[in-house]
Amino acid sequence: MAAGARDKLDLTRTHAAVGEPFVWLTAMGLSLGLLMVAGLLGIIVSNGVPVFWPDRVYDLHLKPGVKNPVAAGADSITGEIVQRREKRIPVLGPDGAKIADQTEVQVFVGNKDAYGSAFAFVNNADVASITEPPGIYRLERLEYGIAFGYPVSITLPGGQSLPAGSPEFSKTLDRLAAESEKQRLEIEEIEKHEIGRLNARIKDLRAKGRGSAESLAAIAALDAEYQILAAKARELRTAKAASALVYKTPTGVERTLPIGDLVSYSLPNQLGFFERAALCARNVWNFLALDPREANTEGGIFPAIFGTFVMTLLMSIAVVPFGVVAAIYLREYARQGLAVRSVRIAVNNLAGVPSIVFGVFGLGFFVYFVGGSLDQLLFSDYLPTPTFGTGGILWASATLALMTVPVVIVATEEALAAVPRGMREGSLSCGASKWQTIQRIILPASIPGILTGLILAMARGAGEVAPLMLVGVVKLAPSLPLDTEFPFVHLERKFMHLGFHIYDLGFQSPDSEAAKPMVFATTLLLILLVVVLNLAAILIREKLRKKYATGAF
Amino acid sequence: METPAPSHSPAPESRTDFISIRNFNFSYGQKQALFDITLDIPERQVTAFIGPSGCGKSTLLRNLNRMNDLIEGISHSGDIFVNGHSIYDPHIEVISLRKRVGMVFQKSNPFPKSIYENVVYPLRVAGQNRKSVLDETVERSLRGAALWEEAKDRLHESALGLSGGQMQRLCIARAIANRPEILLMDEPCSALDPIATVKIEELIRELKQEFTIVIVTHNMQQATRCSDLTAFFYLGKLVEYDQTQRIFSNPAQKQTEDYITGRFG
Repeated sequence: MAAGARDKLDLTRTHAAVGEPFVWLTAMGLSLGLLMVAGLLGIIVSNGVPVFWPDRVYDLHLKPGVKNPVAAGADSITGEIVQRREKRIPVLGPDGAKIADQTEVQVFVGNKDAYGSAFAFVNNADVASITEPPGIYRLERLEYGIAFGYPVSITLPGGQSLPAGSPEFSKTLDRLAAESEKQRLEIEEIEKHEIGRLNARIKDLRAKGRGSAESLAAIAALDAEYQILAAKARELRTAKAASALVYKTPTGVERTLPIGDLVSYSLPNQLGFFERAALCARNVWNFLALDPREANTEGGIFPAIFGTFVMTLLMSIAVVPFGVVAAIYLREYARQGLAVRSVRIAVNNLAGVPSIVFGVFGLGFFVYFVGGSLDQLLFSDYLPTPTFGTGGILWASATLALMTVPVVIVATEEALAAVPRGMREGSLSCGASKWQTIQRIILPASIPGILTGLILAMARGAGEVAPLMLVGVVKLAPSLPLDTEFPFVHLERKFMHLGFHIYDLGFQSPDSEAAKPMVFATTLLLILLVVVLNLAAILIREKLRKKYATGAF
Repeated sequence: METPAPSHSPAPESRTDFISIRNFNFSYGQKQALFDITLDIPERQVTAFIGPSGCGKSTLLRNLNRMNDLIEGISHSGDIFVNGHSIYDPHIEVISLRKRVGMVFQKSNPFPKSIYENVVYPLRVAGQNRKSVLDETVERSLRGAALWEEAKDRLHESALGLSGGQMQRLCIARAIANRPEILLMDEPCSALDPIATVKIEELIRELKQEFTIVIVTHNMQQATRCSDLTAFFYLGKLVEYDQTQRIFSNPAQKQTEDYITGRFG
């Protein structure tokens, strides 16, 4: 009987019955997500990394009769090949029919001052041959970006000139460049710091002295000091411009570049692999450590990195205590009922409010109301020039803290709820008060969870742009929020931010082609920054988790 | 204090009744868990609460240090006196009550701190931070909990590295660190192996020299081995309370006999 019943069991399993289609569906969902993430990162990395690698420079010889897009009459285009792409407008042959090769070449020709544009496009079919000019120089200049050309001579301060063929040529160029670099730093020191300090004091005296005799006298004295410094700076500038490099562009035009305006130079077609790698490392370092130039399309992004870092730090300092305290009250003290449930729902909804709304709120509340009131109370001498009553890093951090506080509250609440009941009872049975239990047992055990909330908040805060545009981010900040000038921390200052920098470079730049590599490099850096922040927080969390492990339960 | 009813006071010898429970009713929300309990617990004796699951023995134990206050929606009537003072007296701070009543839980619950910090925790929260006092307490408590020899070389290591039995003894050391008068034990051996259980039972017999011990247990043998008095609860009511020996050899009630002989429960 039993055996007969077993025989009747249907042992064929259908795919639907074991849920096979759903397994495939879920796997597909995950793969799609992974694919999109990998694609995004792939685009950013593949575009961002080659920015720093020194390219070779080519001569593109055009077929006779083709119009040269760079300089009329010249028979070749010289520059770095950026990309080859399919043309949208069909290329027609002499007979009016579409020809086979429909690609065009984008060439970075530099010499913006000579050509008007740093990029040129030429139909691939019009290129007769491509050669590598061995002796070409790539000159990075303070203004107008890169120049390609062949050196002719150096004009020395005395007026005599040293031809390019002379054996001391490159040594002299290096020496003059190092000298002018030193002078540039000196000028920067004078103009940025010393004159800046004088200006701040004059501004202070003008505002507070209200035209009294002694304040006017003091201003006059400072003004005299200023004149001396300005004269010194002018002198240095003249000295810097005394020597010059004369070079010929590939199209044969002779130009003069004051050595003081030369940032660096290289011979891109004569570099070995290791020289190239060293140059690449220097490019990365310059990108990370220098101030931006040329409407942010040249130079580095140091102020943006620093601004992002300081803002994220300030935001964390503001958001953690606030969120943790709120969560402790909600979870530990408040009577669990309808009111607390509504508060919890409201907090969760707050996390879904569009960030620009927080920006508008930050502008209205922090900047105009709080900042305006602070100005009235403490900085009334400077009015109508606002001090705190305008966007600044403090208000930006506060706005982002407000935006991310729900994340911290939710994470902290979960962490508090996860502390086993036995530990609370153990502490209370030892005669600890509720507050002592929270402070000595529950909070330490929840720190890993609280840090998880902070990680999420930081990642969101560091990548946010929209609200910052209203409360203190600028395209170019003249000074950092932390510096060596008293009181060292300038929370009222405007600042630069990587996210806004990307937006500004990509969409507000006068030369979007020139800005493109910077956009990718900056994006890569922002992602790296977020990854580094997350990794650091995860490491700290794991360490604390081991320390406060509640594994015995 | 009023004279307790004879059936609830099993003391033929002259003992001081230390904990007096009088007509105590207790409810979780709508559900009543304890019905009219009247019970006297003598000083420096081990009193065991036995009974089937859900009979209210743990509830009663947890009321002795008002640990049930943590639960929302509870209510009670009647009163509990410790040494003649009502523990529900609004003038008595619940913290000061808990300082006098140590507790050991079913699951050992050491804090994620060092062994040393676990033991001195009751002193720290009471504001005692003098190292000499703390050191002295650690040695006394760990010796009292028969853990000193095993733990003295690793006092500053995490308590979570101890074995299950050691953790439970650490919790006992913590419970006696601030010299309470009463020690409540809620099934202290239920999660331990037989060897660790024997150690804890020996410890209980020693600790009664100094403390008034109330222990909840499911293990009848344990009750006979280490308690002087036994109270049998059934469905929230106190069925019988007497000398342990008498309860197990000659119970007065049929229900008690059925339970201890394993006919139900």
